[in-house]
Amino acid sequence: MSTIVRLPNQQDATLPRVSYLNKEYGLKSWLLTGDHKRIAILYLISITFFFFLGGAFAGLIRLELLTPLPDLVASDTYNKLFTMHGIIMVFLFLVPSVPATIGNFVLPIMLGARDLAFPKVNLLSWYLYVVAGIFTVSALVLGGVDTGWTFTTPLSTHYLNTHVVTAALGIFVAGFSSIFTGLNFIVTTHRMRAPGMTWFRMPLFVWSHYAASILMVLGTPVLAITLVLVALERTIGIGVFDPSKGGDPLLFQHLFWFYSHPAVYIMILPGMGVISEVISTFSRKRVFGYTAVAFSSVAIAVFGFFVWAHHMFIMGVSNYSALVFSLLTMLVAVPSAIKIFNWSATLYKGSITFETPMLYAFGFIGLFTIGGLTGVFLGSLGMDIHLTETYFIVAHFHFVMVGGMLMAYLAGVHFWWPKMTGRMYPEAVSKLAAVVTFIGFIITFFPQFVLGYLGMPRRYHAYPPEFQVLNVLSTAGATVLGIGYLMPMIYMTWSLKYGAIAGANPWQATGLEWQIASPPPTENFLEIPIVDHEAYDYEWLANKTEHEVTTVG
Amino acid sequence: MHFFSPVLWQFLVKWLTEFSLFPPQASAIAPYMDGFYFFLLLITLVGLLLVGLMVGTFSFVYRKDRSPQATHIEGSTLLEATWTIIPLALFMVCFVWGALLYFRIYNPPTNAMNIYIVGKQWMWKAEHPGGQHEINALHIPVGRDVQLTMVSQDVFHSFSIPAFRVKREVIPGRYSTVWFRATQLGEYHLFCTQYCGTLHSAMIGTITVLSPEAYEKWTAGSTSGQSLAQNGERLYASLGCSSCHNGNAGARGPNLAGVYGSRVTLEGGRVITVDDGFLRGSILNPTTHQVAGYAPIMPTYQGQVSEEGLIDLVEYIKGLDTNYRVQQTLDAKDASSNQKGATNAAPDYRPGLTTGTRQMRKEVPDTSTSSGVGVSPQ
Amino acid sequence: MDSHTVAVRRDEETLHHEAEHPPYLRHHFETVEQQREAVSFGMWLFLLTEIMFFGGLFMAYLLYRNWYYEAFVSASNTLGIGLGTTNTAILILSSFTMAMGVYSAEMRNRRGLMLSLSLTIVLGLAFLGIKTIEYHEKFVEHHVPGATFSIEDFVHPKDSRDAALAPDMAQHAQLFFFLYFAMTGMHALHMIIGISILFALLWKAYQGNYINGHTATIDNFGLYWHFVDIVWIFLFPLLYLISRHPLH
Repeated sequence: MSTIVRLPNQQDATLPRVSYLNKEYGLKSWLLTGDHKRIAILYLISITFFFFLGGAFAGLIRLELLTPLPDLVASDTYNKLFTMHGIIMVFLFLVPSVPATIGNFVLPIMLGARDLAFPKVNLLSWYLYVVAGIFTVSALVLGGVDTGWTFTTPLSTHYLNTHVVTAALGIFVAGFSSIFTGLNFIVTTHRMRAPGMTWFRMPLFVWSHYAASILMVLGTPVLAITLVLVALERTIGIGVFDPSKGGDPLLFQHLFWFYSHPAVYIMILPGMGVISEVISTFSRKRVFGYTAVAFSSVAIAVFGFFVWAHHMFIMGVSNYSALVFSLLTMLVAVPSAIKIFNWSATLYKGSITFETPMLYAFGFIGLFTIGGLTGVFLGSLGMDIHLTETYFIVAHFHFVMVGGMLMAYLAGVHFWWPKMTGRMYPEAVSKLAAVVTFIGFIITFFPQFVLGYLGMPRRYHAYPPEFQVLNVLSTAGATVLGIGYLMPMIYMTWSLKYGAIAGANPWQATGLEWQIASPPPTENFLEIPIVDHEAYDYEWLANKTEHEVTTVG
Repeated sequence: MHFFSPVLWQFLVKWLTEFSLFPPQASAIAPYMDGFYFFLLLITLVGLLLVGLMVGTFSFVYRKDRSPQATHIEGSTLLEATWTIIPLALFMVCFVWGALLYFRIYNPPTNAMNIYIVGKQWMWKAEHPGGQHEINALHIPVGRDVQLTMVSQDVFHSFSIPAFRVKREVIPGRYSTVWFRATQLGEYHLFCTQYCGTLHSAMIGTITVLSPEAYEKWTAGSTSGQSLAQNGERLYASLGCSSCHNGNAGARGPNLAGVYGSRVTLEGGRVITVDDGFLRGSILNPTTHQVAGYAPIMPTYQGQVSEEGLIDLVEYIKGLDTNYRVQQTLDAKDASSNQKGATNAAPDYRPGLTTGTRQMRKEVPDTSTSSGVGVSPQ
Repeated sequence: MDSHTVAVRRDEETLHHEAEHPPYLRHHFETVEQQREAVSFGMWLFLLTEIMFFGGLFMAYLLYRNWYYEAFVSASNTLGIGLGTTNTAILILSSFTMAMGVYSAEMRNRRGLMLSLSLTIVLGLAFLGIKTIEYHEKFVEHHVPGATFSIEDFVHPKDSRDAALAPDMAQHAQLFFFLYFAMTGMHALHMIIGISILFALLWKAYQGNYINGHTATIDNFGLYWHFVDIVWIFLFPLLYLISRHPLH
């Protein structure tokens, strides 16, 4: 079986007269909207703001580390910088990044629904996100917080004088924002699928969002109650986590990582969904082993709940629980490996083109492979002793989170940009940006693996002089990386007005979202579609296109 | 080049000569750790190469110019099973190898020499059994197994010696241990790797590995005149421990001679082995460490004895073979309280190094004043 | 939902038969059945997150109870069993009246619905009132964790059947009371939220809602109310009953 799909002539494409963007005007129509697409845009704007805020802190951190001496900023300022960088990037960027923007926008359309199950709850979760952002920014403006994003007790509860409670409240509220998003996705996936859209006809993007949503719904409340306890311990001063009063600081570690490890999968799974869509579309082939990829997402979600104590191998957990958690950590690595191989195999006998999203997806595959395999270093008990709490771990999770997730996010934003705005981004400059990002990333974070094995501890304001060369290299890379991130910001904004008109399906992709106008109408579908084909069925698409041509002609 | 800008040139030379890529291999465990590291690196490289080859080759061969038509392939159970089982097998090898290494690093040999470490914001204090105190430094002999028994006075810290490839969290209120055998003379970095507040990055020190002879010399030269056990003995007397724990028939507290390492039955029937942590816990929370057959009358010493004082006591009790000395101390109690402060001469080891910059909310009892009622020099 | 769609929807309603486009069917659902299932499923998921939320506290309780058993037993004995039992009965009764409310709504009985909701509010408030009395007692007895906490009652217990605790163990009674306040406080917060929603429901029932066959809102609030009830059913034995010495 083989298919040839001709891309539509984009010169003829026009913007639809009425779309979700111009159906109503005015600030109020945006701030009180129940339309998942508008809420996605609101999210897109707000998380971009927080991404650049968090990025600015990262820039200052790298600048400080240019020299071994603590010379650019004072120690407590430096500690506040990395804390704010962590809190903003984790809770206000990575967790909502793909689900709240791209997921919000395309997940209901992919399922053939008019909206998410609970539009008001969806809007509420954006407002909660904004409130969380306000708390976080006020913690920053009031003087910052220097607990590290992990809020380790008893440091955070009894030994610091900064705005811990404000920041904790911010994360608490952001947590509920993410719970509501997850809840909405799960209900939508269960109850809002169009007729004929069976579970195994859903795009893999939906599967991975479904898996991530389970983690959001079950994990986040535990973080919420933990932060409540931290706040109460600070304000009332009773020692649930304070060893001098009979409390157990390790209990905090257990509760915190019970959320924060699954949170890693909350962050990466939606990104994996993006990669599945992009790889399939630009190799014009169904994803190799659809079922395996779908179930590997669910497997990651399930195993992801039982590996949290691998953050505590050197903290005095018993040897036997260390063994069990190390074993489970090894198991959770397998589904990720399956995904990587299946994506690579998807390219086999494809008809591959190299648009920008595809370049980012290639970047993702490479960097995520490194990030994932270095995770095996850290999951191996003995190796973890030497590597944990050093720059190795910093490099590892940046490879996964920035190299993996951020690449996937950018791939997704580029991929669905024509759908969201109706206009194309400029292709040449965006390819350049993808390459710059990739190179910048490698220069920034690769030296950190070496630094980590050398033993340079994370969160260090000053370091021995023999580490300087690698740090300078890393800072230089960060500069390149920063340019790589600023470029899309500029040309995407430019394309809003000057970009070529995209048309309904510029990539000739098979998802239902590509079968409606770009930008879509408010109600998505004039009539709810009846799905009679598998996901990624390019044959069906070719027939459909021909059919349309004949009817129009 | 150097005539162009001599300053820059010197800077570059200095920079590149100090540049390091791999940490020194200075402990017995280090070669094992490095072997495992290279194995893991190999897996990573092979995996990366494999994925890179697949992606690269397919992208080249099946690019649109050469392959205008995609061929529909559903999947292949055999292939998928292959790339599930092979990684799983490799990861299992890593798991077993890593677990062996972990058990080796965290289970100290029985004959290791013991050094106590107390971490506090933001310094490391090392207490040698012979009474040598060090701040942000640790002198150890080459070729001997050294066990560290560590505790934190405030927040989590982490004691890391990259050259030895060992690290362990230093926890408030609980002893943790790590051991190593240094194999190379020299000076190595000591880092605190767990974020512990403002001066986290200043909580560093130097590990000095000395030859046995040099170590002997150092030990003799830097003793404070009192071993930890001797300090503990004075503390034992001044806190009045001996009034109950004196080994006499009908004493109100258990006999402590030879108790270390023995198995005792607790109130409630649990049987435990007495170790450092149990001794420390008994002093601070006697009720939860109540030995069966004794009335729960022991007061808590929480907040009255510093971590150093506790170490002194633990070290004293560990070495207590008979009750002869206890009873001696009991008789000589008045005499010893007259002497205190005169013989102990290590005033420089507990400076108020960080009091100026400390920003703790809660007032922690300062060790320099409360280190064991009157035992510590003022 | 944007106002334009609503306007269109209203026009359509006048054209079509009532049953096809009932006013409570939100525009993005296809059928009433789909909407009902989605909303009820959403509610169950929300309750699942609530279970995880309380789960953290239960985890802490189990750990410290295991560590400081004597302190937890003594502290548990100082709680007023009479008030606790009364409150349990009140809450179970309120679940009954809530269930009656759901039943009345299904039977399209406006008076019955309003009566049940009002009774549920009264019982809920009674629960909170009794809880306030209990909290006040703790203040008077210096059992509130913090600066005013006194270990006196545990070192020298008033009741001869209570074991006298050593001071170091008695200190840990503070942990019990902290968890007591955190858990019952979090529960009371859920009650307060529930009662506020009940007032809103009562107002809307008064206006004649929920008796037209669309009972999903009442059903789902019922789920929430029973959940809050069930949390108490777990809290009561854990905090008041386990290891208590027998009554006089």
